[in-house]
Amino acid sequence: MSASAERIARARATGNSFEVLSWFFMRLSGVILMFIVLFHLFYMHFVIGVDKINYALVVQRWENPLWRVFDLFLLFFALTHGLNGARYVIDDYVHGSGLNLLVKSIVYTLGFALLLMGTFIIFTFRITS
Amino acid sequence: MQVTLRIKRFNPEADTQSHFENYQVEVEPTDRVLDALQTVKWYQDGTLTLRRSCAHGICGSDAMLINGRNRLACKVLIRDLGNKIQIEPMRGFRVLKDLVVDMEPFFAKYRQVMPYLVNNDPVPQTERLQSPEEHERFEDTTKCILCAACTTACPSYWSNHEFLGPAAIVQGHRFIFDSRDQLKSERLAVLNDMTGVWRCRTIFNCVEACPRGIDVTKAIGEVKKAILFGKT
Repeated sequence: MSASAERIARARATGNSFEVLSWFFMRLSGVILMFIVLFHLFYMHFVIGVDKINYALVVQRWENPLWRVFDLFLLFFALTHGLNGARYVIDDYVHGSGLNLLVKSIVYTLGFALLLMGTFIIFTFRITS
Repeated sequence: MQVTLRIKRFNPEADTQSHFENYQVEVEPTDRVLDALQTVKWYQDGTLTLRRSCAHGICGSDAMLINGRNRLACKVLIRDLGNKIQIEPMRGFRVLKDLVVDMEPFFAKYRQVMPYLVNNDPVPQTERLQSPEEHERFEDTTKCILCAACTTACPSYWSNHEFLGPAAIVQGHRFIFDSRDQLKSERLAVLNDMTGVWRCRTIFNCVEACPRGIDVTKAIGEVKKAILFGKT
């Protein structure tokens, strides 16, 4: 009984909505990613063709702001979904609390740096020539 | 027919490491793995140690790793396995001797979900009635026999022994969705934890392992949904 009382107390103390929300986010972002990643792959590989992807193509694509919004969604959901998955794996397999924190810090820093960098480029990209 | 049993042996008084030993036994194809093990124990090597009580798939004592899968030795027929059978203790628990593991951590997790009906209403003169539909809601999880086949097949449990494990969550489910129970919010609070349902990664090993055919991952999913939407 005391062990369950301990669990209840811990659950109450932390509010503990983070894990349930993160679980729900994984489902939601997973469904969204299924559509946008498949569309992205289909469009880049079959409609355009990998051999034709270059700087000029990106410039041309981003003249339409809808493509920027699409790429922003792709960036945001792919990165956050992947980062949360990485968090699961780290929590499963890196047990020491210090090491766990260290590995998470590195992965999160890298992930959020990529997210910021990507978002910054999507919003500010201009042809300077 | 002649079968070779390859059994993982460990004697805590003599061994520092477990090792395999082979035994040849004469059995009928319709015999169970348990019969073969008992033939070894009774006629070849009396030191072979294993648990079994009812021997009919109800008590849940003889769950073990048979040809790499968690099964009840009393429910698997020799003819379904062929003539080479490898038998090991369940993974994830400390081995006490041969096929006997220390089940105490398992039952400690079981107690944490408070596996008993809590109802503070005045005790009725007759039974606490429940409609067939209300019972249907948790009928599947009442079938659990606490053999630990699911929990010891779970990679999440292998990697973190703080995890309650599928069996304890199944027991929680059995009361959370019981219309007569009044401790739902506490039960959900126990399971709403990184060491509760959120450690489940829907690997489905538990479903494959369950000798009672319980849809374990589905039950865990229902608990997750109940926590998310706040209703049972």
